[in-house]
Amino acid sequence: MFAFTEDQIRRYSRHIILPEVGGKGQKKLLSSSVLLVGLGGLGSPAALYLAAAGVGTLGLVDFDQVELSNLQRQVIHATLDLGKPKVSSARESIEAINPEVRVVEHYQRLSSSNVMEIIKDYDVVLDGTDNFSTRFLLNDACVLAGKACVYGAVFRFEGQVSVFDPTRGPCYRCFVPQMPPAGSVPSCHEAGVLGVLPGTIGLLQATEAIKLLLGIGRPLIGRLLLLDALEMEFQELRLRKNPHCPACGQDARLSEPREYLYVCESSG
Amino acid sequence: MAVLVRIPIPLRRFVEGRPVVEAQGGTVSQVLGDLGSRYPGVHERLYDGSGLRAFVNIYLNNEDIRFLAGEETPVKDGDLISVVPAIAGG
Repeated sequence: MFAFTEDQIRRYSRHIILPEVGGKGQKKLLSSSVLLVGLGGLGSPAALYLAAAGVGTLGLVDFDQVELSNLQRQVIHATLDLGKPKVSSARESIEAINPEVRVVEHYQRLSSSNVMEIIKDYDVVLDGTDNFSTRFLLNDACVLAGKACVYGAVFRFEGQVSVFDPTRGPCYRCFVPQMPPAGSVPSCHEAGVLGVLPGTIGLLQATEAIKLLLGIGRPLIGRLLLLDALEMEFQELRLRKNPHCPACGQDARLSEPREYLYVCESSG
Repeated sequence: MAVLVRIPIPLRRFVEGRPVVEAQGGTVSQVLGDLGSRYPGVHERLYDGSGLRAFVNIYLNNEDIRFLAGEETPVKDGDLISVVPAIAGG
């Protein structure tokens, strides 16, 4: 294995002195990769901290450009980035924090035809998407590829976090077997979200991603963590693998990822 | 049986803004029925014509009722039922 430079020893010293990480763990992080799907409210803080932590390769998937209404929570983008692709804006922030990180831009909309190819080279996937269709697509792909996906979702003042590792526990569709009918759940654009909430949830996701890469602690596999920011209460629920899950169950007939249509509209 | 029900934020406007309310019943179904009769707006958001909406997860204490006896799962005094809707924002 490679040797640290003096700058690396200083940069990562607060990790290296942790017995659970150490020089060995830090080297593991430097040779690891995380795919961030979505550079919005969840992906922004997660990407910043994963870069600072020295995760060697960060893949960025997003097909949007930075808009003014993003900046209340998507802290990896700045006012000067308005109009830029989010992947480019995020790359600049990551490189400013830690130029050692290799950034791979996937300036594409995730689809059934590209998802397997995009996820295949990464150790861990971080789901920071903002709609059910993409979450279903990404879940199915992770099940097929046997990859752990660190899940986070936010809505108004509430957040959810879990780790879906199809080799060790339930997948997203054990938890959400069916997509809510169109109009039954207000869209993120219309419903609003407290700006700091995805910060909290995104960093819980980053924490889980780092634990998975290092193989330390007890990941949130089979556990759903809920945050109610209004009451400031966390609640933990048990998630079980559904034997009849359409994605990972024993009768599942998943052979390739498919698109799920979901019309994201508000009924209030 | 008096059971506590945790209400997700979008439904709190139907229950005077409270995060947790009390309801009566011997099974999950009875408790949710009692909740719906006390707070009419809640019922139609939990149920559609064919029963409990598929994207609404109901937990008894920390367990998903789909892995217990579903809505017929018996409850006892002091249990906590949590209504957890699927959310997707990011």
